[in-house]
Amino acid sequence: MMGAGLFLSVIFSGDVMASVAANQVFAPWNDPKETPLIEFRGVTKRFGDFTAIDDLSINIYEKEFFALLGPSGCGKTTMMRMLAGFETPTEGEIILAGQDIAPVPPNKRAVNMMFQSYALFPHLSIEDNIAFGLKREGMPKNDIADRVAEMLRLTRLEKFARRKPHQISGGQKQRVALARSLAKAPKLLLLDEPLGALDKKLRQDTQFELMDIQEKTGTTFVIVTHDQEEAMTVASRVAVMDHGKLMQVATPDRLYENPENVYVADFIGDVNLIEGTARKTGEGSYEINWCERTPPLKSTSDTVLSSGQGCTIAIRPEKVSISSEKPEEADNAVQGKIIDIAYLGNLSTYHVKLANGQMVKAQTANTRRISRRSFTWDDDVWLSWTATAGVLLKG
Amino acid sequence: MKRFSWFNATSLTLGFAFLYLPMIILVVYSFNASKLVTVWAGFSTKWYGELLQNEAFLDAAWVTIRVAVFSSTIATILGTMAAYILVRGGRFMGRTLFSGMIYAPLVMPEVITGLSLLLLFIGIGLDRGVFTIVLAHATFSMCYVSVVVSSRLVSFDKSLEEAALDLGCTAWQAFRLVTLPIIAPAVISGWLLAFTLSLDDLVIASFTSGPSSTTLPIKIFSAVRLGVSPEINALSTIMIGIVTIGVVSFSIMSKRNAVRREREERAAIHAT
Repeated sequence: MMGAGLFLSVIFSGDVMASVAANQVFAPWNDPKETPLIEFRGVTKRFGDFTAIDDLSINIYEKEFFALLGPSGCGKTTMMRMLAGFETPTEGEIILAGQDIAPVPPNKRAVNMMFQSYALFPHLSIEDNIAFGLKREGMPKNDIADRVAEMLRLTRLEKFARRKPHQISGGQKQRVALARSLAKAPKLLLLDEPLGALDKKLRQDTQFELMDIQEKTGTTFVIVTHDQEEAMTVASRVAVMDHGKLMQVATPDRLYENPENVYVADFIGDVNLIEGTARKTGEGSYEINWCERTPPLKSTSDTVLSSGQGCTIAIRPEKVSISSEKPEEADNAVQGKIIDIAYLGNLSTYHVKLANGQMVKAQTANTRRISRRSFTWDDDVWLSWTATAGVLLKG
Repeated sequence: MKRFSWFNATSLTLGFAFLYLPMIILVVYSFNASKLVTVWAGFSTKWYGELLQNEAFLDAAWVTIRVAVFSSTIATILGTMAAYILVRGGRFMGRTLFSGMIYAPLVMPEVITGLSLLLLFIGIGLDRGVFTIVLAHATFSMCYVSVVVSSRLVSFDKSLEEAALDLGCTAWQAFRLVTLPIIAPAVISGWLLAFTLSLDDLVIASFTSGPSSTTLPIKIFSAVRLGVSPEINALSTIMIGIVTIGVVSFSIMSKRNAVRREREERAAIHAT
């Protein structure tokens, strides 16, 4: 399972990196002149003694597809419910399009939500479900019919307009829920684990469909998910949360390649973490003592560390090479024994135990179909990586 | 499970005989030609004809139906409101006390309920009549409605109401347009339950009725004290008939709906 997740996350992060490179223009978070659509300013939410959100500040820009990612109980759903108006912050304020929304009740907000359970009204047909919000607005009948038809077309549900929710499948229900929440053309659409109830294959198709619809409608999407692949695939930026605190907000590729802390490095994808103490050897380059009687590891770093400071090197397994002989010109080379091999088809992951007991994972792509595997269990091997392969993190 | 055993057959027969034999005897004797209840003198429907001539019984029947309709409607409105607040109102001061108190009348002896209502009506100087019976019946049957409706509300997905609010409903609109239509079957069963409770109540009605407002159970009870007449048998048979038709058609209807729904859900899954 772990292995499969890893392999997919690598594939997806590759995709996302490519798409980011193609649309380099869309990065309002880097533009100081942009005003954010949503601003959380020092928001804290307590339920009795329990602090769900702890002094959190975040900016979300128009037309963004923003993901709140974290394990269950990290406060991501609470944040979404505060945006929808079902919870009010204990401290701090939430600004939507320049206006503090705390006193605005849910039915008066230009925000719509797609619920995890879809919350389709079982007694109404699909078209009446979609028209529900428009009718409350007092929109003229003809306009409602046009808008409903447009939404049905967008979500490819024309054939099912007159059916009741129990007469359609799970994937179709998901699309009805999306159509209903988009019908009022909200400034902001909230999606609470929108694909959680779908099976894996359908979920992947639907992810791309969601991105497509988001692009077509130009609506700002905020999605809550515990699935990192999903967040990395759909989102322009991802906020990683833990225990009500923001760990990092960044584009998917930066999250993967430049995690700011050990939590993010560990949470996103697969990673090797090696602890040690830093010694500065030059501008942005360090040697890390991690084990007695072995040479220090070389690493470059953007974060400034003082000599003697405790640190962790985070290296992705696909950036670690494996060889039987000691490589000549590697910045870092360590010796160990293969304990486990995970064969995933396109990739193989080797779990190598170093002399001091540290486990390091190395990954190779199986580029040739018929080849004898070079390494097997209990082989002594060398692992090597360059000074720029890892990320140096404090602590 | 289909294996026949003498033990099962016997216990089933005994059980059903225990439940239904008295009623069957009553129905059979309602078609008795003789005026004597215990002597069979051939088949006749004349007691049904005489029943229709009996003004006192017809008046009582009319009172009973009016009382049942009004009291069950009031009980349904109050009971649904109570259930909604207790299930949905969140935690407020004394919530446990209130939810305990709403069930208390279910186990309260009817004599005590009736007596206390009588004292109240005398105390506030309310003349006893149809109105007081309606009030009394609404009071004790609203707890039954509230039990039925709150068991439905507990399993009701709260995000449906949130979705309604999110799409622009006020709290009242969300209740009227989403919650109420969905819990309607429970509300209707609550109403039917309250209706039947009111229809056959003797104890509370006899405490709260006045001289001009005799309900059918009171009428039957007082008539029987002078001796069981075949007319009473005929009347009871009609009542059994009405209740049976109501219950059977209601259960057939809900069974059909359930079957249709299941078929459609299966079709929806296969369609993809």
